[in-house]
Amino acid sequence: MADGQEPPAFSAEAQVGSDVALSGRRSRLTQFLLRYGIVLALVALGAVFAWRSPVFLTSENLLQVLLQASVNIIVALGMTFVIITAGIDLSVGSTAALSGMVAATTMSTGLPIVGIAVSWPVAVLVGLLTGVLVGFASGVIVTSLRITPFIVTLGMLSVVRGLTLIYSGGRPVFGFPEGFTNLAGTIGPVPTPAIIAGILAIISAFVLRFTRLGEYTYAIGGNEEAARLSGVPVDRYKIAIYTLCGAFAAVAGIVLTARLRVAEPNAASGYELDAIAATVMGGTSLFGGEGTVVGTVIGALIIATLRNGLNLLNVQAYYQQLAIGLVIILAVALDRFRQR
Amino acid sequence: MTDGNAPGMTPTLRVADVSKSYPGVRALQHVDLEVLPGEIHAVIGENGAGKSTLMKIVFGVTQPDSGAIEVQGTPVHIGSPVEAQRLGVAMVHQELSLVPALDVARNIYLGREPSLALGIIDWPALYRNAGALLRRLGIALNPRQVVRGLSTAHKQMVEIARALSWQSKLLILDEPTSSLTQGEIRELFRILRDLKTGGVSVLYISHRLEELPEIADRVTVMRDGHTVGTVDARSTPIPALIRMMVGRGVDQLFPRAHVPIGDEILRVEGLTRHGVVEDVSFSVHAGEIVGMAGLVGAGRSETARLIVGADKKDAGRTIIDGRVVEIGSPAVAIAAGIALLPEDRKQQGLVLPLPVKNNLSLATLREFTRFGIVWQRERDRMAQRFVRDLSIRTPNLDFRVRNLSGGNQQKVVLGKWLGSHPRVLIFDEPTRGIDVGAKVEVYEEMNDLIARGAGILLISSELPEVLGMSDRVLVMHEGRLVADLPRAEATPERVIALASGEELPVLTSAHHG
Ligand SMILES: Nc1ncnc2c1ncn2[C@@H]1O[C@H](COP(=O)(O)OP(=O)(O)OP(=O)(O)O)[C@@H](O)[C@H]1O
Ligand SMILES: [Mg+2]
Repeated sequence: MADGQEPPAFSAEAQVGSDVALSGRRSRLTQFLLRYGIVLALVALGAVFAWRSPVFLTSENLLQVLLQASVNIIVALGMTFVIITAGIDLSVGSTAALSGMVAATTMSTGLPIVGIAVSWPVAVLVGLLTGVLVGFASGVIVTSLRITPFIVTLGMLSVVRGLTLIYSGGRPVFGFPEGFTNLAGTIGPVPTPAIIAGILAIISAFVLRFTRLGEYTYAIGGNEEAARLSGVPVDRYKIAIYTLCGAFAAVAGIVLTARLRVAEPNAASGYELDAIAATVMGGTSLFGGEGTVVGTVIGALIIATLRNGLNLLNVQAYYQQLAIGLVIILAVALDRFRQR
Repeated sequence: MTDGNAPGMTPTLRVADVSKSYPGVRALQHVDLEVLPGEIHAVIGENGAGKSTLMKIVFGVTQPDSGAIEVQGTPVHIGSPVEAQRLGVAMVHQELSLVPALDVARNIYLGREPSLALGIIDWPALYRNAGALLRRLGIALNPRQVVRGLSTAHKQMVEIARALSWQSKLLILDEPTSSLTQGEIRELFRILRDLKTGGVSVLYISHRLEELPEIADRVTVMRDGHTVGTVDARSTPIPALIRMMVGRGVDQLFPRAHVPIGDEILRVEGLTRHGVVEDVSFSVHAGEIVGMAGLVGAGRSETARLIVGADKKDAGRTIIDGRVVEIGSPAVAIAAGIALLPEDRKQQGLVLPLPVKNNLSLATLREFTRFGIVWQRERDRMAQRFVRDLSIRTPNLDFRVRNLSGGNQQKVVLGKWLGSHPRVLIFDEPTRGIDVGAKVEVYEEMNDLIARGAGILLISSELPEVLGMSDRVLVMHEGRLVADLPRAEATPERVIALASGEELPVLTSAHHG
């Protein structure tokens, strides 16, 4: 909400100042709670875990939470753009896997098709390009065939996973140069993936808040027909946004590959759900036109904190699933309430 | 002033000392209102005066901060629309709220379908009841007709039928006539008079002051969240009502400035979309306002949409400044200097969740963008100018347009297009829902545009507006252009006769080349 698309209820009230009687003051408190409710949820969660586990608040553990959140944050940033346009991209997990796989094979056996050996940064670029192409394809199908994004990307989820399995022959790929695995190392004490996620988050927030691409993203999601009649080249921007989402998924897949030191054809499956959960918990509306990067990042941090904390408390994996699901529903219920 | 009309009669509705604030806006302050049995009571006031808010409170959509409401002498708390309906209060909203995919009968009884045992819907009864209700109201509609294809007027009739399917004692109508043509308004008034005879009270919001003496008994005037007073509808002259509304007189309703008419800017030839628009040709010159009249469904809006490429045409060409231009999308039209202000602000004009300033700049964002970045200062300055010039009532530029009053939303759409420096601006029902004072401001903006050498195509269902502002009047009937009259020959009678097909077309195919 710090992205300013939420109209500043505060400044609106400030103008009236003392004019607004009791109701105004009460609504200021509620406004605050609703606006920062998701932050409070994160803090509360942290407090509970800190109280129950001596390890939780140690800096190593907090950095571990950051590391665990990083890949999801990267995927969810792209998802945020797409969902603000009232779309969805279910193929991001598959796209991450394919991109990671393409980067990995390029590193070990050279460029696809031609087989010329290249340095690892070039391999990373090839992986990125793969994600870009997948996103571009989704965008083109969505806009030219006028099929809903849900269906298109559900199809792409399967198509891209299939491609990954075919391309890899179902076998994992490993053995990477150190420069590449350093992508998942640390800079100072901070995990490099967290830094990458942070930089991408700042760029995304800037783009959404201050650029024409950002404005059009909100406008397309808020009322596509009005945007079109206002001269916004809606199809072109939608394609750009799905492409962007594919690129983010590719970055996530590559970082994941570096961290695990192996590219698995089944990697990152289900990541689309975590990304959607983080985005929606962060206040992005599935109906489009509303959402912020800050919200999404906090949503992803909540999911990571929950997993980490429940692990520390030795809660069984089955119960973790249950708890995470409940928290997602709770967070979105809170958001529905906010809309009133 | 509100009392003494009929002493001893228990009012159907009494609103006493009601106040309501939203963050940053005091929408209602100590409002009083009384509606008698069988009375048609009009409520008028400037955009943002609080009319819709008052009605929403009476219908239980929102809650007042303070004050009391009585229905038939009993103090009540109206917590929701369902409670309101149980109390005999029904409402037709300013923005229509039907389910497009369902048919007329199902919309009327939505949520209250007559059912057999086990919750199975009694379909025959549903359609029988709906048919009977429509007949009783004299509405000529098939209960099985799907709502999606209906005209706005017919949708409104369905809303009224739904509202009256409850045994309502009070019917609230928020700007029911703003999108109706003369004939349809007459039809609506007939229904309202029948209801009145049956003892039903009607609360009626309108910006069309000229219709008040004909339909209303009393008029309550609101200004800035206050009730200014309640007066007799038949004996109070319109200028006096306007003075109560805006606090000053408005001397000229259609302040038309004449500028020399220049070269042809836009010409369309043989514009066709099968079944909707057939072979339409006309031109617009610099400094000229071309009016376009016709009944709802005559193809006027569709013609406009074809010109700007919002819909695909089957045939026809567009000539701008003497050159044929292929306009395949609104973006191309805007680049060529042709803009369309669409008729439906919610569906086509506004991005409701976005702030005022973002909506105002949507069509011109390029001008405020350098290196892909939107320069907020310049954009704010532009937005500020339109908020001032069009007197848009908003607490600040970051206010979401969803929370503006209907008329102020319309002004935002207007501002968006006025700021786009068009060579030709097509206005489709530009003043729908706008108050008298603000209308004059809109006409002044039109004068500004033509003085700067632009041309205007003005589509409007308000005949006085078309006749008051145009140099030439086009008339459409059933998808065809049937007349292209100089202003002097366009009498109201003639235009109505042409629009309804009673007078034969005065255009021949010799007209296009
Ligand atoms: N949900 C809301 N949140 C904040 N402000 C609101 C909300 N609804 C209405 N308002 C404000 O209350 C004021 C009165 O609005 P209202 O819709 O009652 O005006 P109105 O008299 O019906 O105007 P119009 O003729 O334009 O329809 C406006 O300033 C509007 O911005
Ligand atoms: Mg209103």
